[in-house]
Amino acid sequence: MSAHSHAAPLQGKTRFWSPGALVMAALAITGFMFVVARYIGGLGAVTHLSQSHPWGLWIGVDVASGVALAAGGFTTAALAHIFGRHAYEPVVRPALLTALLGYVFVSLALVVDIGRSWAIWKPMIFWNPNSVLFEVAMCVMIYTAVLHAEFLPVVAERFAHGFKASLANRSWPVVAVAEAAEGLLAFLNRNLSKVMWVFIIAGVVLSCMHQSGLGSLLLVAPTKMHALWYTPILPLLFLTSAIAVGFPMVVFENTLVSASFDLEDEMDILSRMVRITIVLLGIYGALKIGDVIARGVWPLIFDGSVQGRSFAVEVLFGIVIPWVMLLFPKVRNHRTPLFIAACLVVGGVIVNRMNVFLVAFQPPYPVQSYFPSVGELAITAGFIAILMLAYRFTVYYLPVLSPAGKEANS
Amino acid sequence: MELNRRRFLGLTGAALGAGALGKPSRASAARAYQPPPDAYGCLVDLSVCVGCRKCEQACNQVNHLPEPERPFDDLTVLDDKRRPGPEAFTVINRYYTGRRDERNQMAPTFVKVQCMHCQDPACASACIVGALTKKPNGAVHYDVSKCIGCRYCMVACPFQIPAYEYHDPLTPRVRKCTFCFERISQAGGKPGCAQVCPVEAITFGKRSELIKLAKQKMADDPGRYQPQVYGEKEVGGTSWLYISREPFAKVGFLKLPSQPMPHLTETIQHGIFSYMWAPLSLFALLGGAMAVFNRKRDQGEDRS
Repeated sequence: MSAHSHAAPLQGKTRFWSPGALVMAALAITGFMFVVARYIGGLGAVTHLSQSHPWGLWIGVDVASGVALAAGGFTTAALAHIFGRHAYEPVVRPALLTALLGYVFVSLALVVDIGRSWAIWKPMIFWNPNSVLFEVAMCVMIYTAVLHAEFLPVVAERFAHGFKASLANRSWPVVAVAEAAEGLLAFLNRNLSKVMWVFIIAGVVLSCMHQSGLGSLLLVAPTKMHALWYTPILPLLFLTSAIAVGFPMVVFENTLVSASFDLEDEMDILSRMVRITIVLLGIYGALKIGDVIARGVWPLIFDGSVQGRSFAVEVLFGIVIPWVMLLFPKVRNHRTPLFIAACLVVGGVIVNRMNVFLVAFQPPYPVQSYFPSVGELAITAGFIAILMLAYRFTVYYLPVLSPAGKEANS
Repeated sequence: MELNRRRFLGLTGAALGAGALGKPSRASAARAYQPPPDAYGCLVDLSVCVGCRKCEQACNQVNHLPEPERPFDDLTVLDDKRRPGPEAFTVINRYYTGRRDERNQMAPTFVKVQCMHCQDPACASACIVGALTKKPNGAVHYDVSKCIGCRYCMVACPFQIPAYEYHDPLTPRVRKCTFCFERISQAGGKPGCAQVCPVEAITFGKRSELIKLAKQKMADDPGRYQPQVYGEKEVGGTSWLYISREPFAKVGFLKLPSQPMPHLTETIQHGIFSYMWAPLSLFALLGGAMAVFNRKRDQGEDRS
């Protein structure tokens, strides 16, 4: 890994408060108001969670989908740094940032979702090694720390020089702190690359562990899960789908960011990258379809139930159609069709996680069927909006993106 | 070196696959859990219960639960099927199965519902902090001081028992039957419901003795009972046991497998994480790959 990339902050090249950013801010404020309501009236006041449906949209989307879609971070890191495909370097930093922010917001969503938010530290003290959730929580926690370590070079690169100078005419304690900080950052900037391999590999290992762990969560409730999704290989399906969605997520994010900041997109890298997705998505699809055939439950897809249709949508639109699309060079080499294929894969994984956590979950004594409330939707939308704003803020002030030559019009 | 690396890769891959798939061969080695041998239990004889709701009232009192909207002597409550909740750890439901009594009236069957206190509880296996534990005396005990409110216990429970205080913003608790843990920890102590039952439909005692008692009752009065002790085998056995005149499926009981619920997840977990062999192997494998691929790069063979 090269210590200094071609990445540069976007500050000065474009304005921060675009119309899109303002919409995101509005969504974030709306979500925040519902969070306040949750801490006044309890989960019951803003959610449709019930005694029969203890997990809802926040677990299905904010947590399970959020973790899956952050897989771009470890898949690109593995590709560029472990398998030595250094041509993909320009997309590693943005994917890393997406993963970092993704995990921070997964954690925040969990804080809101758990009943005793203030007790979130307790799994660090009280261990239950039998619990899948304990394993997932530990991995997510350590991996979030690893992501911060992996992102540290970006901060060090930006602030290793000139940080002190900007504070030169302040009083001496400020200057002393600035000097210490600059010394530390300069040290990190020089030496981080020597130990970074440990973090990169650890990141991939931890990701494999908790991506599959998320799939094991519902295996503890075999009698409550619809047969289309209840399979012993559910952890493997979660892992392979997370790996498969990594590069499409990079395409999705890169296209959005290029459009939003009016930058040159990185089509040459992206079109080469999604050739690997054909293999990865193919593996996931083969396992997924092979599984329902091998277990003999495939006729349930066509029984006319909500579950059957939801499964069909997940496989058809999330796996089969984008996979066929990606086979064509015309799709891979053009921005719009490639973006559509990437959206389908990303959407397919979100539908899969919602199917597993919400649609497949069939309590024996349903109090009421679950459908997310306005409050739940608003908080989820708010979290996604804050995540996008934080991404925008970071690439604005830190060297994350590599604007490929083209001067953006401000 | 090349051969070694390939062999290592193959072995690791095969082992990872076996771990991920949870091969049964690993299962016995991976799961060492034994249910408590001296667990207490309760045997409920549904053919005796008259649906007086005295057990509900006793439960309410000994657990200091809030006064219900409708009093315990109001039997019209039984017109609806109810579930235990945050404010009632046990409820009686009434079923008409088509059976008629000696006066040709529709004969009701009353079913007491509460936490079954599984021998190998899914909730305790699932709980992220181990707030739920199976105690040697049989109770599945909830320690609120550890709970973070993730509600995975509610997801895991096959009987849909743990209930949540959704309207408490900061300190909600998981609520369920405690098996009167403090009471049965004292010599001669019984759960509130078993103590009060006026028709002795609930028998408290050692679980192993209760199974014998249930089979004795069946042998003594052939034809009175279904030939099944519900809870003897279900989900690996439960501390609460039922015998019934009516088929269990007709009076609200779930048909459940005899395999304990945590079997598959714990097999996978312990298969992968014993001595952290799988994560460490993967780390070594990726480290090797990184060294190999990046050496090529240093030799100017940067492929992309």
